[in-house]
Amino acid sequence: MRIDCEHVWQHISAYIDGDVDAALRAEIDKHLETCEICSAVLDSTRNVVVLVADDRVFELPAGFSERLHDRLETVLSSEK
Amino acid sequence: MAKAPNPEFEADCIRRILAGEHQLFHELIRPCERAIFFLLLSILHNEADAEDAAQETAIKVFRNLHLFRGDSQFKTWALSIARNEGLGRLRKTDRLREDSLDALTGEDSGDFTPAVLTSWREVPAEALEKQELAGLLREAIDSLPDIYRNAVMLRDIEEMDVCETAAALGITEGAVKVRLHRARALLQRKLAHKLKSFAPRHGLFGWGK
Repeated sequence: MRIDCEHVWQHISAYIDGDVDAALRAEIDKHLETCEICSAVLDSTRNVVVLVADDRVFELPAGFSERLHDRLETVLSSEK
Repeated sequence: MAKAPNPEFEADCIRRILAGEHQLFHELIRPCERAIFFLLLSILHNEADAEDAAQETAIKVFRNLHLFRGDSQFKTWALSIARNEGLGRLRKTDRLREDSLDALTGEDSGDFTPAVLTSWREVPAEALEKQELAGLLREAIDSLPDIYRNAVMLRDIEEMDVCETAAALGITEGAVKVRLHRARALLQRKLAHKLKSFAPRHGLFGWGK
């Protein structure tokens, strides 16, 4: 099986998650060796996934936890 | 990122809370509160509403704790309560769109082809010290269709696994994978060209002007 660029793009997310079988992974790897476009698409997608996972992108509002536990406390201490 | 929950600690905590040690609930819910807030932010698009809904969710989780059967992880169960709270609020304000109902699981509309580049220089996480970059990422995620944003929020931002994400969103694992794939493709497409300017020019510490 020879795969083309579009086929690689369809599997990029699964490839990043290690969720493709060995045969498909080998095909994709072979394609990536010679296709600089797919290599750049893969690298940029993986980079985006790494960046959005950083805690600095989505931070809880200041004081969120304190306010949550204060409100909870009024319920926890009043209910039997 | 919240630490991975410890099922034995949770089970013990739940038994003791139900037996009357209510104060322990603070520790039980603490590792889940970040994910609860960001799922609700993803559904409601507004920090103040998401915070209020997160507080209501925590209270509902406490009041319904006797109904938790341990079939799923506690966090997954708490997140499904958060999701119901969020969708309930959307219904009340009539902002619930068709796609929030997960009615379009098999939808194929939309263009998910990536932005085509010929080379990519990695943008290091250090670049996030620049508020501008974090802002671009938040904006791109916020602009995703709801069903894709919820999936990326739990899977990539809260780093939950496919199975937990599926249970929290009430969809199949296959649907999680499809939505995640599309979300990542849309993000790559929106961001790749903009992110290029944050890539190091001369080695890791040469980035920025």
